[in-house]
Amino acid sequence: MPRVSVEVDGVEYDDDVEPRLLLAHYLRDRLGKVGTPIGCDTSNCGACTVLLSTGRRASGTTSVSVKSCSVLAVQADGKSVTTIEGLSDGQELHPMQQAFHEEHALQCGYCTPGMIMAAIDLLRENPNPSEEEVREGLEGNLCRCTGYQNIVRAVRRAAGDMRSPAEEGVTS
Amino acid sequence: MTAAPEIGSARRRTEDARLITGRTNWTDNIQLPGLLHVAFLRSPVSHARITGVDVSGARERPGVVAVFTGADLADEQGSLPCAWPVTEDMVLPDHPPVAVNEVRYVGEPVAVVVARDRYAAADALEAIDIDYEPLPAVTDMEEAIKEGADLVHSDKGTNTSYEWIYEAGDLDAAFRDAPVVIERRYVQQRLIPTAMEPRAVVCSAVGDDYTLWSSTQIPHILRLMLATVTGIPEHRLRVIAPDVGGGFGSKLQVYGEEVVCLLLAKRLGRPVKWTESRSEGNMAVHHGRGQIQRLSLAADSDGRIRGLKVDLLADMGAYLMLVTPGIPILGAFMFNGIYKMDAYSFKCAGVFTTKTPTDAYRGAGRPEATYGIERMMDELAAELSLDPLEVRRRNWITHDEFPYDTVSGLTYDSGNYEAATDKATELFEYDKLRAEQADRRDRGDPVQLGIGVSTFTEMCGLAPSRVLGSLSYGAGGWEHASVRVLPSGKIEVVTGSSAHGQGHETAWAQIAADRLGVPFEDVRVLHGDTSISPRGMDTYGSRSLAVGGVALYNACEKVIDKARRMAAHLLEADEQDIEFAGGSFSVRGVPEQARTLQEVSLAVFGAHDLPEGFEPSLDSDATHDPDNFSFPHGTHLCAAEVDTETGFVKLRTYVAVDDVGSVVNPLIVEGQVHGGLAQGIAQALYEEAVYDAEGNLTTTTMADYLVPSAGDLPTFTTDRTETPATTNPLGVKGVGEAGTIASTPAVVNAIVDALRPYGVTDVPMPCTPERVWQAVRGGTAERSTQPGAGGGLGSAGGEA
Repeated sequence: MPRVSVEVDGVEYDDDVEPRLLLAHYLRDRLGKVGTPIGCDTSNCGACTVLLSTGRRASGTTSVSVKSCSVLAVQADGKSVTTIEGLSDGQELHPMQQAFHEEHALQCGYCTPGMIMAAIDLLRENPNPSEEEVREGLEGNLCRCTGYQNIVRAVRRAAGDMRSPAEEGVTS
Repeated sequence: MTAAPEIGSARRRTEDARLITGRTNWTDNIQLPGLLHVAFLRSPVSHARITGVDVSGARERPGVVAVFTGADLADEQGSLPCAWPVTEDMVLPDHPPVAVNEVRYVGEPVAVVVARDRYAAADALEAIDIDYEPLPAVTDMEEAIKEGADLVHSDKGTNTSYEWIYEAGDLDAAFRDAPVVIERRYVQQRLIPTAMEPRAVVCSAVGDDYTLWSSTQIPHILRLMLATVTGIPEHRLRVIAPDVGGGFGSKLQVYGEEVVCLLLAKRLGRPVKWTESRSEGNMAVHHGRGQIQRLSLAADSDGRIRGLKVDLLADMGAYLMLVTPGIPILGAFMFNGIYKMDAYSFKCAGVFTTKTPTDAYRGAGRPEATYGIERMMDELAAELSLDPLEVRRRNWITHDEFPYDTVSGLTYDSGNYEAATDKATELFEYDKLRAEQADRRDRGDPVQLGIGVSTFTEMCGLAPSRVLGSLSYGAGGWEHASVRVLPSGKIEVVTGSSAHGQGHETAWAQIAADRLGVPFEDVRVLHGDTSISPRGMDTYGSRSLAVGGVALYNACEKVIDKARRMAAHLLEADEQDIEFAGGSFSVRGVPEQARTLQEVSLAVFGAHDLPEGFEPSLDSDATHDPDNFSFPHGTHLCAAEVDTETGFVKLRTYVAVDDVGSVVNPLIVEGQVHGGLAQGIAQALYEEAVYDAEGNLTTTTMADYLVPSAGDLPTFTTDRTETPATTNPLGVKGVGEAGTIASTPAVVNAIVDALRPYGVTDVPMPCTPERVWQAVRGGTAERSTQPGAGGGLGSAGGEA
């Protein structure tokens, strides 16, 4: 069995895994990181979205959103994974989490972890998206409860909260 | 100082805290020592006799603990329950959780593997050999009811499960010499509910005691039904619905997988877990809708309705599940909508097919009915060259006519269709859009504009027990709540409702805080566990607030009554002189003589000095059985741009003005409307469970079954009017299904409205670009041959 070394939400893990083990199952069944749910088996729904560093470890590399059901655990070897559980330091919510709460952007909450992670990645690429850009940017994440309207509001609210005041001054 | 009222406040939800941080307790998250994983082998064919089963290869696979066939489980697995025998002679076939002799739909379980992990269980399925002798697929309801048709259940001699009829008034007179008769055939396609959380079950057995966790809407009903099916005594079985990721009716069910997991835990003495994959769920979660509607409407030349005839074929699928046969019957009371008419008939045949069983899906019978009548109202308007709103005005119940006894036998307690419509037309800028429509028609714009109207009501808050009894439903429609006043004055609310995304933990706390005058933060709401909440009827049919919320209100009143007596004792005053406001009991006229609920609670806890015969507890229970359904209503208006060259439909404006009575939390109400709209629009434009002629489901994945994404939906404009329900002290009506019920006809009416100049009178759902394009090409020739379908051609000029 291959051995993987992965950092998940700031903690190092070394494990022997089957080559076919999905990252989603590695996170949930092996590491107990059950905050990341699985909603489909064809990488359509996006519920399992996490951030994965493009290079080895998080520092100095970018983290991009991936659907953890379509990444093998071995592909995460040497990399850093951020899940919904690692977003907040336990004291303060991430601005995206706070915005989802404020805007009532969730009901059952099953899509929420993936939606939040995908939205964070969307803002990395486009810090000030229009409504249309948010809708297009989140097309890979399905929600059955909200009709998306409040999700769109939340993402745009978080975008405002996350831009620095100086930046805000320039754009307004 | 009085706090702002909790009821009516847009409280952010309490439950969000765990949902946005990944601390949620989904069923698949549950780990137990020695947990085994379960996987089901499912039939790959729609109809066949099982002639051979060989599981020996699977038993030898590494990590496999046990393999069972239907025959292995036959002595214990029983038959899955149907709790709604709609007629005395309804044909009710046996429904073993794992098929024994015959399979009748693709996805029906045929064997079950138990292994040490989910990968090993899935691997072992491939080592099972089943021999199938093919039998004819039965996929077309209109063929299935003919004499000599191939049968789904050969021993029953028919594919018709039941015929259910309701008649009122003199239909012959209504149709005789009627100036206008409109006849239409509409198809309600099958839908797959697609809650985002796939189903999951965990079961553990310790001695004679069982605990079953399930992603279910109905822990209480499930407990009783599992006890009935398996013979495990009800008091030995605890059912827990932990956090549940949506339901939409699909988890209002007693599934074979739940029964089997219970039996496996019992047989193996080890805890088991089963979690379905999405592709598995698309085949095996019950489907919704599935109707062929034949409708005839007679009207006077001024557009007043004389009578309506409804003739339905309702697709049951292969078996009758928990409330399968009753779902289309709920529509019997809704085809008349908000309109006055003297004659009405409803006939429904439940038809077996070799497809996944159907059952409740958001709206359950009422969306189908509302679609039928709201489409017909537009056809009537077109026939008479009237504005669709005008023809509705001429027929609807006016606000001064409530309470109103409808032709289908219900009493609508309250409503104001005029007010909702006025508000909607203003927000929509109706006249302006009509002018734009006329302009585009005049210009021959390849992108035509259509305006769709839906003025709907629905019956929800299921339901008065006596009404359910008269419909042969197997249970009552009450709901239970209890309020525990802790010694410190903090409050625990226990509800029999079982939330799965609706926000009960917030809204129920608002009700209790408001009634008891305690801070919102001092209330905690508990639900979804039969040991914590022993009595309940669970969550479906937009019933939680209108029934369960009222039970909570009543329980709070009982707490106040008890506390008032204790407060009088403490204040040495007469009970009649004690006033309660803002969480404090005071002597009338002497406000400085007061005791807070907390002080009273502590005194009761101490129990040192109680009034004569006073039981030392303020805790109170209430079980509320409503007198009537609740009847939310509203006016929805949709503007759709329809590209006549590509068939592409773009929803430009959607205005929903809903009247759901008094509102506990406007934020939650708006969210329910948004989500409901998305699902109703999805039926109109995107979703369909497609079967081929051999009975194979071809939409088993989310790549094929098109749940809309953010990019597929418009921004909605929502608003409310507020006509309180007169049948409960909170004045509330249900809201969970309203958006879904209203929106489907609004969208299709808009598309058809856009295409009337092309002779189009219908586009079958989902209105995909291909179907819209076909309708534009073939509309005139194909449709004008239908009886009574001449309206589309003649009405084009009268629309503007």
